[in-house]
Amino acid sequence: MKARVHVMLKNGVLDPQGEAVKHALGTLGFEGVDGVRQGKVIELDLADGTSEATVTEMCEKLLANTVIESYSVELV
Amino acid sequence: MRAAVLVFPGSNCDRDMAVALRAAGAEVEMVWHKDADLPGGVDIVAVPGGFSFGDYLRCGAIAAQSPICKALVAHVKRGGYALGVCNGFQVLAETGLLPGALMRNAGLKFVCKSIGLEVVTSNSAFTEGYNAGDVVTYPVAHHDGNYVADEATLDQLRDQDRVAFRYSQNPNGSTANIAGILSENRRVLGMMPHPERAVDAAHGGTDGQALFRTLVGQLENA
Repeated sequence: MKARVHVMLKNGVLDPQGEAVKHALGTLGFEGVDGVRQGKVIELDLADGTSEATVTEMCEKLLANTVIESYSVELV
Repeated sequence: MRAAVLVFPGSNCDRDMAVALRAAGAEVEMVWHKDADLPGGVDIVAVPGGFSFGDYLRCGAIAAQSPICKALVAHVKRGGYALGVCNGFQVLAETGLLPGALMRNAGLKFVCKSIGLEVVTSNSAFTEGYNAGDVVTYPVAHHDGNYVADEATLDQLRDQDRVAFRYSQNPNGSTANIAGILSENRRVLGMMPHPERAVDAAHGGTDGQALFRTLVGQLENA
């Protein structure tokens, strides 16, 4: 089985990389890009039967820094 | 006074840290990240600057899970001292020994220069050699030094006099110009600027000497 973890900066935390990407899109002539937020996708190959709770624990302990980041877990 | 300097793959200020501590009179042992125990009788653990584990995942995140960092956390919980500089500060934040997080610099650039810092408190073994309000010059060299914490944490840091250093001119977008903070028991200091790179006239400045001398002196008498 696989799990996909999305890690994003929390709302309200300034994302300097997202801002730079937004600026670059504007430079390329794309209009109307009001905001860009950049995050991470982490794909895990897991032993069958691994629980979502275990993946959540991985997020809490390592994959996300919950001071600044939020995460979501998707089992696929 | 005995100090341990941790070494991770990608550390690059470990020897500078050892030189600064030795020059101040400490007995220094380098400790590899895979060791599960600190040498006996260590008074302070220094976590040096660099790019531990290539800054993969987040700066300091992988190092914070290493065997030696489990020993570091236990050392601090026993009331031991720790100093984290630059990547070392990021590691201390990732272990949870210090609150908050260090994010990408607001200007997105790697900042590498000497910079003015205000000593905010002299109430710690690290900063007792200065007067509050003194301005010292240390080098900074980092890409992720933008300190972020929630309002409650920032209030607590201010009310408990735990901001050790503030930037005179903010180089990275850090909240409230914070450059270095202390733990609640004032025995753990994390800071982005490099005092160990300002201890020899050949460095271009010696403002960091007072930090190491005071620290070694304080711990010898402890």
